[in-house]
Amino acid sequence: MIVAVHDTGVPGESADRELLSAADVSRTISRIAHQIIEKTALDAPDAPRVVLLGIPTRGVTLATRIAEKVREFADVDLPHGALDITLYRDDLNFKPPRPLESTSIPTGGIDDATVILVDDVLYSGRSVRSALDALRDIGRPRMVQLAVLVDRGHRELPIRADYVGKNVPTSRSENVKVRLLETDGTDRVSIAPYGGPTR
Amino acid sequence: MKHLLAASDLSRDAATAILDDADKFRQALLGRDVKKLPTLRGRTVITMFYENSTRTRVSFEVAGKWMSADVINVSSSGSSVAKGESLRDTALTLRAAGADALIIRHPASGAAQQLAAWTLDEQGGPSVINAGDGTHEHPTQALLDALTIRQRLGSVEGKRVVIVGDILHSRVARSNVSLLSTLGAEVVLVAPPTLLPVGVDDWPVTVSHNLDAELPAADAVLMLRVQAERMNGAFFPSAREYSVRYGLSEKRLAALADNVVVLHPGPMLRGMEIASSVADSSQSAVLQQVSNGVHVRMAVLFHLLVGAGSEGLGVVS
Repeated sequence: MIVAVHDTGVPGESADRELLSAADVSRTISRIAHQIIEKTALDAPDAPRVVLLGIPTRGVTLATRIAEKVREFADVDLPHGALDITLYRDDLNFKPPRPLESTSIPTGGIDDATVILVDDVLYSGRSVRSALDALRDIGRPRMVQLAVLVDRGHRELPIRADYVGKNVPTSRSENVKVRLLETDGTDRVSIAPYGGPTR
Repeated sequence: MKHLLAASDLSRDAATAILDDADKFRQALLGRDVKKLPTLRGRTVITMFYENSTRTRVSFEVAGKWMSADVINVSSSGSSVAKGESLRDTALTLRAAGADALIIRHPASGAAQQLAAWTLDEQGGPSVINAGDGTHEHPTQALLDALTIRQRLGSVEGKRVVIVGDILHSRVARSNVSLLSTLGAEVVLVAPPTLLPVGVDDWPVTVSHNLDAELPAADAVLMLRVQAERMNGAFFPSAREYSVRYGLSEKRLAALADNVVVLHPGPMLRGMEIASSVADSSQSAVLQQVSNGVHVRMAVLFHLLVGAGSEGLGVVS
């Protein structure tokens, strides 16, 4: 659903429509944090060990923010880290090489934990498949879940998210752009009718 | 980036990209039971070692295998090389057998360059990595030394690196001089005049014959092995005299600041260029160099073999 038409004033970006404002992004992250607490029974005495793993770059930022919210709402410190999937991608030989991103698995590892993968946009599902392959080499989680800020459809693999910030019907030719304060100076999700899958 | 033939071919950006990725490979494998990445699945990497080697051959093999490449080792004994086959014929044979990368160590300077020229075909031929050619270059060694210095000291730029010993016969020294100056370090060479190459005046280095004078200002000290196998004359009066004047003794270690890192490319001749206690001291990074060697070689294979076309992150021949 398109929320508002927003002119950024930046030349060439006039067709960029806002899907989530800064306040929306913040509210959405809070909601995902609440859903994680509820679904994994984090505040229960026999709560499972939950580990948040962000997919670089913005997934890592989101994982950190979700962990902050969970601490605020449930007073639980969730171990969170980063999982670079570049080395597991299935398009390595079809695209120009890209620099590797950081990986940091929280102390204690992922064995027997409930791992929640965090990414900004869920699209073809191929990044998530790569992340699942990477997890298999790192350890044996008890369960793996997926949290995304935006689900834009067009899945190419049988993958679905457990926590979705916003479902957005898109065309393949459109480009969903997630900007976050830590990496881009502002919180904003927008869609532009050009570019295609640049991410 | 198609080949890695010399450290002098690496731009600052290309070298930094390799070092950054080497650190990422270390992170990616940290604390894992399963040291396997699918990145080079289905690729064939052949190592051709015409000289003895432990560290370099093993770390290239480990790097390739951890990235799921099929790694095959060819050494001069036990192959048709022992029957008198030329390097060119061996290389063409290995290309025909489907090699995606050839890693070569050879006693002749320029062998890697030759190999790259010989194996060129319409599709570009295999990537060639120089694992040491005569007294010319050993680029992956320089990369792992730079990575070790960066990890220990925080950066390479502005650091004073003193390279000590048999500069004349050392491909490690040549590659390091080139790479470290590209990365902005200040390089000092310390050696007896007989073990300095002709033309060293044109290198981007300071030359000294007095080790004790250079140690106080050093940030890193790289000791070189005295390469007896390449020496066909009398380069110094006796091993003992060399050791006294140019060896890193316990007393000299004490003259170094606490955070100075001591490197040695190996194999070490304990008691000759480096005292045994110095080699085992906390300032010695010898084993860290070996681990870094694996990660640097993974990064190099990644840059050469992965990606559409041969346009890598850096542009090298």
